[in-house]
Amino acid sequence: MSDFFSLLVEEFPQVRSGLWVTLQATVLGALLAGVLAFALGLMAGSRLLLARGFSRVVVEFFRGTSLYIQLFWLYYAMPLVTGYELAPVACGVVAFGLNYGAYGAEVVRGAINSVPRAQYEAAIALNLSPSRRLWKVILPQAWVQMIPSFTNLLIQLLKCTPLLWLLSAADLMTVVQTLRDRTGETLAAYLTLLAVYFVLAYALTMLMNLLERSAKRRLGLATGASSLFKSRSASTAALGGTR
Amino acid sequence: MATEPLPLQKTAAPAPQDAVPAAGSTGEPLVRFEKVVKRYGDHVVLDQLDFTVDRGEHVTLIGPSGSGKTTILRLLMTLEKVSDGVIWVNGSPLSHVRTPGGGLKPAGEKELRESRKKIGMVFQQFNLFPNMKVLQNITEAPISVLGKGREEAETRARELLELVGLSDKVDAHPSQLSGGQQQRVAIARALAMEPEILLLDEVTSALDPELVAGVLELLGDIARNTDITMLCVTHEMNFARDVSEKVLMFDAGRVVESGTPEKIFSDPSHERTREFLNAVL
Repeated sequence: MSDFFSLLVEEFPQVRSGLWVTLQATVLGALLAGVLAFALGLMAGSRLLLARGFSRVVVEFFRGTSLYIQLFWLYYAMPLVTGYELAPVACGVVAFGLNYGAYGAEVVRGAINSVPRAQYEAAIALNLSPSRRLWKVILPQAWVQMIPSFTNLLIQLLKCTPLLWLLSAADLMTVVQTLRDRTGETLAAYLTLLAVYFVLAYALTMLMNLLERSAKRRLGLATGASSLFKSRSASTAALGGTR
Repeated sequence: MATEPLPLQKTAAPAPQDAVPAAGSTGEPLVRFEKVVKRYGDHVVLDQLDFTVDRGEHVTLIGPSGSGKTTILRLLMTLEKVSDGVIWVNGSPLSHVRTPGGGLKPAGEKELRESRKKIGMVFQQFNLFPNMKVLQNITEAPISVLGKGREEAETRARELLELVGLSDKVDAHPSQLSGGQQQRVAIARALAMEPEILLLDEVTSALDPELVAGVLELLGDIARNTDITMLCVTHEMNFARDVSEKVLMFDAGRVVESGTPEKIFSDPSHERTREFLNAVL
């Protein structure tokens, strides 16, 4: 086992760059997913049939087709069709973004729908414009509801990044695989991977909890310090709307 | 409650809201329901309803639940659409626009926003925005809708909070307030929009009994010290008696009887009114 770890130390620059690629794919993928989630989620609540329909089709398509296949499609099939070739990491970012954006759109739509109807009505009674209603009244309340689900999706996205290995993208998974092949130390290699991904996922959870805490505080909801370390599921994020 | 320096007296005369002096100034009632029908599927809530409210009048709508009282307020606030008929406010159709042919068609969002300018509403469940502190709850609409400057809006909001007795809650979150306090903020928030017509939808029904009196007293002050026209759905018969000049008794989507509170409460002419009052008084 020591062979693996001494090689790990020796090849640290490579490992570090692998970690960097993984983080890049996660963060950029999540950003793209976030943008798509809001765009598609808001379109899903539009009055225009065309916007609703478009959102529906895109969401169903990217939820319903496998992430693997999307990834392969972008990397291997796309160049045949368009003549453009994307770097492996870029393929990852786009595929993760589209796939998790589709899931995220459902989260956004659900959270917006969960804001009590009475809040819209109060905003109408104050004669706020439709966009003001959405941005000042509805979304800030829906946002708190979205965060726990977004946390889940973000962690899932992180855990999908080892798929980049399939495209030889020099991410953490790929680098550690190479080290395993060179030392033959399967146990140590995969233990290391388990540990690193767990630490990354936990760090993301805490970051998102921080975000949730600040969002809740803005609604005047009490939050204890221990809430940072809890991994909450989406269903426990209760929020008394109009109370 | 501080009643002396009510910061409520209108700064401008109430008349010039309409650039064109519409029929409003010529004895036309401020609000006129003309054969208004509201249906939900097969269920008829309002049945060819006709009634009027004059400028400055304080009208209480009473009647058994399900008689369509709240629906009237919701139609006036354009939260619901009429199924048939027309609501006239100040001589203009509230939720319709005139067609070139002289007819009427349902108004779009732009025209509805124009109609809403004159009307404010306070809800049974307060409906404060939980994502805004008390002050911003009150200043948000004056700034973004009336185009007031932040400073002007905040000064006015502080005056209104003083009026409702909550000067110390400027920076509180709605979730930190009691029901009665939330309702006072909601009243201040509605007043900040300088409505001509204020709709009060069972505003004390969700309050603990000991908080009701304070809110009613506040509304009484507003009724006496402003020229705001008030339409009030309530089960508080005392409030109806003390504040309003006219009581409308509803049943099954129609006005059964209307008159002064004295007349309605002491000598109702309709059997249905008598039954209802016996049940609630």
